[in-house]
This record gives sequence, C-alpha cells and structure tokens, in this order.
Amino acid sequence: MLRIEDIHSGYGSVKVLFGINLEARPGEILCLLGRNGAGKTTVMKTIMGLLPLTQGRITLADTDIGALPAHEVPRHRIGYVPQGRRLFPELTVAENIEMGLMPCNSGKGTREKVLDMFPRLRERLSQQASTLSGGEQQMLAIARALCLEPKVLLLDEPTEGLQPSMVDLIRNVIVQMKAEGLAVILVEQRVDAVLSVADQVAFIENGRNAETLSAASLRSDPAKLHHYLGV
Amino acid sequence: MTGKSKSYALHLCLIALLAAAFFILPQYHVGVLSRVMVLAVYAMGYNMLFGYTGLLSLGHALFFAAGMYGFGLSVQQGGLPTGLALLIGLATAFTVSLVVGFLALRTKEVAFMIVTLMFAQAGYLTVLYFGSITRGDEGFVINTAKRALFGVDLSDETARFWAALLLFSVTLLAMAALVKSSFGRALIAVRENEERAMMLGYDTHRLKYVAVLLSGTLAGIGGMAYALLFGYVGATFASVQYSIFPLLWVLLGGAGTTIGPLLGVLFMYYLIDISSSFTDAYMLVAGVALLILCLFAPQGLAGELRKRVFPWLP
Repeated sequence: MLRIEDIHSGYGSVKVLFGINLEARPGEILCLLGRNGAGKTTVMKTIMGLLPLTQGRITLADTDIGALPAHEVPRHRIGYVPQGRRLFPELTVAENIEMGLMPCNSGKGTREKVLDMFPRLRERLSQQASTLSGGEQQMLAIARALCLEPKVLLLDEPTEGLQPSMVDLIRNVIVQMKAEGLAVILVEQRVDAVLSVADQVAFIENGRNAETLSAASLRSDPAKLHHYLGV
Repeated sequence: MTGKSKSYALHLCLIALLAAAFFILPQYHVGVLSRVMVLAVYAMGYNMLFGYTGLLSLGHALFFAAGMYGFGLSVQQGGLPTGLALLIGLATAFTVSLVVGFLALRTKEVAFMIVTLMFAQAGYLTVLYFGSITRGDEGFVINTAKRALFGVDLSDETARFWAALLLFSVTLLAMAALVKSSFGRALIAVRENEERAMMLGYDTHRLKYVAVLLSGTLAGIGGMAYALLFGYVGATFASVQYSIFPLLWVLLGGAGTTIGPLLGVLFMYYLIDISSSFTDAYMLVAGVALLILCLFAPQGLAGELRKRVFPWLP
C-alpha cells in the first residue's frame, strides 16, 4: 500500500536519510526500530511532506505522494500521530476532534466511531485539551488522526511516558486498527511493546535500512535486537 | 444555556449597554464612545490576525490608512459621491492587503513583523511624498456635505454615535460567528500549532492569507469609518504609532477574545484622557498601568475574565 523507495531527506543542509526502503501493507504493523538519532522520526516527517524529499519515491497505492505539499498528504488518508502529541491545547476535546474531521469532510459516523474507541474522551468533550492527563492527550491525538479515516496510520512513540494501563489501551487500539485493515507504521523505543504487536520490524541505522525482519523471527531469536539496539 | 448561546447573549448585552450609554452618559463621553467603537473595529481586524491566527503584524496602520485615504481622497479630492468613495476605500484596503499578504507571508515570525513594519513605513512615506495631494502631516478635512450617507448627516453627534454602534455591532457579531465557525477554528489551530494543522490536512498558508485579507480589509473599514464620521484624514494615521496602538489595545483587552479589542481601546483611551488631566507626564502613568496589567493580567482584561469567570467567552 505505502511504498517508500530509496528516500533521501534531511534538515536543511544536514542530511539524515541516505536511502530508506520500506513497505507498509494493509492489515500489518510495520515497526521502525533504531537507536536515538537513527532517523526514525525523519522517515515519518518525510512521508508526511514536512521535510523535503531530495531523492527517491513515496507512493500510496501507485499515487506518488512524495512531491505533494504537506497539507495534501493527509487528504490521501494518511494519519500521523507525532511524538509529543501536539494537540491544540486551547481547544476543547470536541473541537480538537472536529479539527480532525474537517479536512476530509468526515461525518458524524466517524466521530461516533472514534469516540466509541475512546469512551474516556466522550466524557471529556467540553474539557480543554491542555487540561487532560498525558494518556488522555495521547488518546485524543490518536482519535484526531483516526478522524481522517486513514488507510495508513503513522505513530511516533505513542506510548512514550505513559502508565502501563494506558500503554495497554493504546496498544489495543493499534491492534484494532490493524484488524480493520489499516497499514500501520509504528516507531517505538519499548522493544517488548513492539514485538507483541508488530508483523514486520525494520531496523534503521545511521539513516539507512539495516534489515527488515518478521517480528516472529525476532521473538524466537532476539540476537538481532542486541546487535542493532544493544538491548 | 450552552456556551454558544451564552456567548451571543453576552454580545447582545454589550451592544445594548453601549446603546443605553447614549441616553445615560454626558455628551462628551458619548463622543468618546463613538471614537472608541470605530477604533475597536480597527482593533478587531488586528485581533483576527494577531489574536486568532497568531501573526504579529507591526504594519496595520497601512491598512487603516489605505481605507482612510482611499475613501478620503476619492470623496474630497476626486469629488466622487460618498457611497462610491466608500467602495473605493474598501477596494483599496482589500488590494493593499492582497499585495502585502502575498509578499509578507513568505516570511515568518520576526521577519513577518519587520516586513509588515517596512510596508507600513513605505506607505507612510508615500503619503508624505505625495503631500500636494494628501496634504501630508497636516492632512485634510472632509466637507460636512460629503459626510452624508443615505440622507443621514453623519457629522451630527447623534447620527455619528448610532452609525458607529451599527458598524461596531455588525463587526462584533460577525467576529463572534466567525471564530466559532470551521474557518475560525482552523485559524486558531494555525495559531496553536501550524505544523500540526498542516499534518491534519489544512492548507495553512491559504488560511493565513485569507486572515490577512479579512484583517486588512476590516482595518481599512475602520479607517474609512473614522474619516467619514470624524471628517479628518491625516498622515498620523499611517504612522508607526497607529500600527502599535492596535497591538496594545488587543494585548490589554485580551488577544483572541471577541470583546477584548473594545475593552482595550476603552481602557487606553480613558487612561490617557484621565491621566492627562492631572499631569503632563500622562504617558508615564499609562506606562505604569500597562506594566501592572502585563504583570497581573498577562492575558488581557477579557483573557483574564475567560480564565477566571467565563470559560465559554469566545
């Protein structure tokens, strides 16, 4: 579904990615693993058009999305939950969700579906986003991305800094998205959390693809984890 | 009562209060209120860009003056009918916003402030350069006969007050509706986190451009109304001082609130008016008052009200 072929990108004159190849398939979770500074978030930002693609191609079901301006990318049904949540803090929960619904003219059905997924948000619709707990903010960030009715969902460290119960909840939602046929690309630091849900694991090292393996093979033989991550 | 209905009730009460002030207040204060309401329209235009979209312009005097001179020169020097001259003033402010927005939005943050300031200074110098037509610093007065609209003489104190109230009310209600609309929310999203808005599929550049157009045109309407109601057009209104004023009014009144601009103008106007009757150092008094407000009410008067009492305040 989402194919990333030999992409090069970076921040101004600082090049970070030197030829990454990935493929996210419907109903699968592709996890990106790598040490800090390896380029995982840069891959996400490049897919979303927030960083310039200097070489390579990004296609979504044969549509080239690599050259699109950043605001056009989500309209091709690619949802992104960035690291650090990045809500609109002054707006209420309901308004944040509405902001997610508007770009693709998603209807009330989508809103209800998303709120059914996160009942706690339904209880806090009129509450200002900045006053939510960390876990609730993450729920809202994911809910807002799901309002686009995405075919591909990019999640950058969605469980970072959350308590275990919240981590489980977020993980269940990701698995549910997979079951509904979404292609999920997940960046995570918590290897244990990754291996239990991922189908494929791509190791990123110094802005390059090191290796892509099935999660099942990593579970049975964690030697590669030690090799690439030192854990 | 929902937040939305409370908000409309508040705006209607405010309008009713201003209307009642005409019958209660002495003539001097009625005159002051007319001026304050027109300047509040200018401040609301500024607030749309600064308070709701998060773009700090230091050159809004250019838009105010564009409307003022577009109208004033057409009616006084060009001899055009008042209605047509108003349309020209509106078109001038819109065109200036179109050009300035197109160029200035290529920059961000401090660069945006500097570019807008430079445009405004260029506008001010243009007014002075063509002094033979604009009468430069001295300015020119618009004949009383030219200050009638639909048969109503707007140089008359009473008519002036109601015209100012009408303009203010329409702008206030439009602004209240706009900030609660999808477009208004999208502007707030740009202010809160532009990159995030872009990631959700919003064309943030287009949103900011539309905001500049609306804000600049509204500032121009304020300028036009000032010339029409008070009968004077002068280069002072194009100077940097009139670019700083709306920033101060909006900051004091409460950026990103609908009633903040009116409160800000009212507060500043009376602060200077009252302190100047006691001392020549009235700007010192104004400065101290501003400092106190910045320290104890950093979100402005309406901003603090929203924080402490009325969380539904738009």
